[in-house]
Amino acid sequence: MFKVFLQVVSKELKGAFRRQSDILNPVWFFIIVVTLFPLGIGTDPILLARIAPGVIWVAALLAALLSFERLFKDDFIDGSLEQLMLMPHPLAWLVSAKVFAHWLLTGLPILFISPLLAIFLSMETNTYFALFLTLLIGTPILSLLGAIGVALTVGLRKGGILLSLIMLPLSIPILIFSTLAIDAAAYGQSYLGLLALLGAMLVTSITLAPFAIAASLRVSVS
Amino acid sequence: MAFESISDFIAMGGYGFYVWLSYGLTFLALIILVVNSIAKKNKILKNVEQRLSREQRIKKAQNMEGTL
Amino acid sequence: MWKWLHPYAKPEKSYQLAGKLLPWFVVVTVITFVVGLVWGLLFAPADYQQGDSFRIIYIHVPAAMMAMAAYSTMAIAAFIALVWQIRLAEMNIAAIAPVGAVFTFIALVTGAAWGKPMWGAWWVWDARLTSELILLFVYLGIIALYNAFSDKVLAGRAASILTLVGVINLPVIHYSVVWWNTLHQGATIMKFDKPSMAPEMLWPLMIMIVGFAAFLGSVSLLRFRNEILARESHRPWVSALVTDKLSGEK
Repeated sequence: MFKVFLQVVSKELKGAFRRQSDILNPVWFFIIVVTLFPLGIGTDPILLARIAPGVIWVAALLAALLSFERLFKDDFIDGSLEQLMLMPHPLAWLVSAKVFAHWLLTGLPILFISPLLAIFLSMETNTYFALFLTLLIGTPILSLLGAIGVALTVGLRKGGILLSLIMLPLSIPILIFSTLAIDAAAYGQSYLGLLALLGAMLVTSITLAPFAIAASLRVSVS
Repeated sequence: MAFESISDFIAMGGYGFYVWLSYGLTFLALIILVVNSIAKKNKILKNVEQRLSREQRIKKAQNMEGTL
Repeated sequence: MWKWLHPYAKPEKSYQLAGKLLPWFVVVTVITFVVGLVWGLLFAPADYQQGDSFRIIYIHVPAAMMAMAAYSTMAIAAFIALVWQIRLAEMNIAAIAPVGAVFTFIALVTGAAWGKPMWGAWWVWDARLTSELILLFVYLGIIALYNAFSDKVLAGRAASILTLVGVINLPVIHYSVVWWNTLHQGATIMKFDKPSMAPEMLWPLMIMIVGFAAFLGSVSLLRFRNEILARESHRPWVSALVTDKLSGEK
């Protein structure tokens, strides 16, 4: 069971490393979007620090959105998605492996790049720490939610914009709780409660989302 | 009756614009929804009707071919 | 009970049943709307704080309530559709979603028009308005997804999955928005305190709630019949229906 999981993950990673632009482009996009804000708003460090959590999180949402296309699209086109569904393992388990690999390729780079952006937006260390924690817990939820959207729209010709229409409203709680936690950290309050809420959402989505993804894939591939 | 006269009723104690704006938009939206739903039904029935008459014409044409 | 219900799994029977129910819903809608509006607009006394602007409540609150009720109905239908693979339940979702979206839109517009005299601004990021806005986004997403599939069977199944995902998410969205709102509360925000409404104000509201529910029922039935017709348009019973109608016109 776990062997299959690892096999799927390693296959995904190998495929992605062969085409590195797929990993790098969303990260680039993330950096550019965040850079646009100081250019548009001004360079007042207090103002930037104030808006930083929201800006970084919204940019992370958009970058995640960009990267979702490739989660199932290529596999759908070359038919390996159908092969995946024919495997003698539960589809929900296999797709969780795919989503996990996707998070490694898109969520993790954002985590690594986030210190740079924190410096850009003159965030303080303890605020940045909160940002890091919310990204760590929040981006996997984004990947899982987004995977549902991709699975629903992968069979459609113009699925891209539809995917964002479906997914963005559903990801609002993550945005709200994360930015609230970072704000709390900025004011020196405890944000453990909010992190726990995010954690609860992560656990819920880990347990439920794979089944929704599997069911959606069955709709799209038929 | 909460109002003395018709002009009082329309003025709504100074809030006339907001009250009538919301009631107007509400009924506009509801009416558009109803009209759209009914129009959709007529369109579906019309499509079926066209298909049936086409099928009939094809049948007729085939019968004609047989007699020639 | 199952024996009694069973025939209605057949689209034709459901179509006829919906046709029989429709006039009753329409009658209830018309009566409650007329009574509720005349009572609410003409006879209910003005609020001592908000004056006559409070009369917007007679459409704002029913629309908001029924927008939620419509989503709950869709979620139940989605559950039935996915668990028991009942096509008619999927059609139900497609039939109700536009009505729910319109109700949400009405709740938003009337909320804004009420907010302008009360708050001094058309739009305030009030918890209730914000979650209604997000509900509207969710509705539009479901409708867009349903329309994107050309195969309506797949469309129905995809829409049911999205509806269920949404129903798990909506309470979380609601509470997160309430929380966000209490923490970001600006100086201008004034709550619509639930006034202990006098009965002569409350009765028209109740009647309007029933009216909006009946409207929801009528238009959903109408659209439900449309969905059945569209999907079954190649079946003999639909052809018979059309030819009957044509010969009736002649």
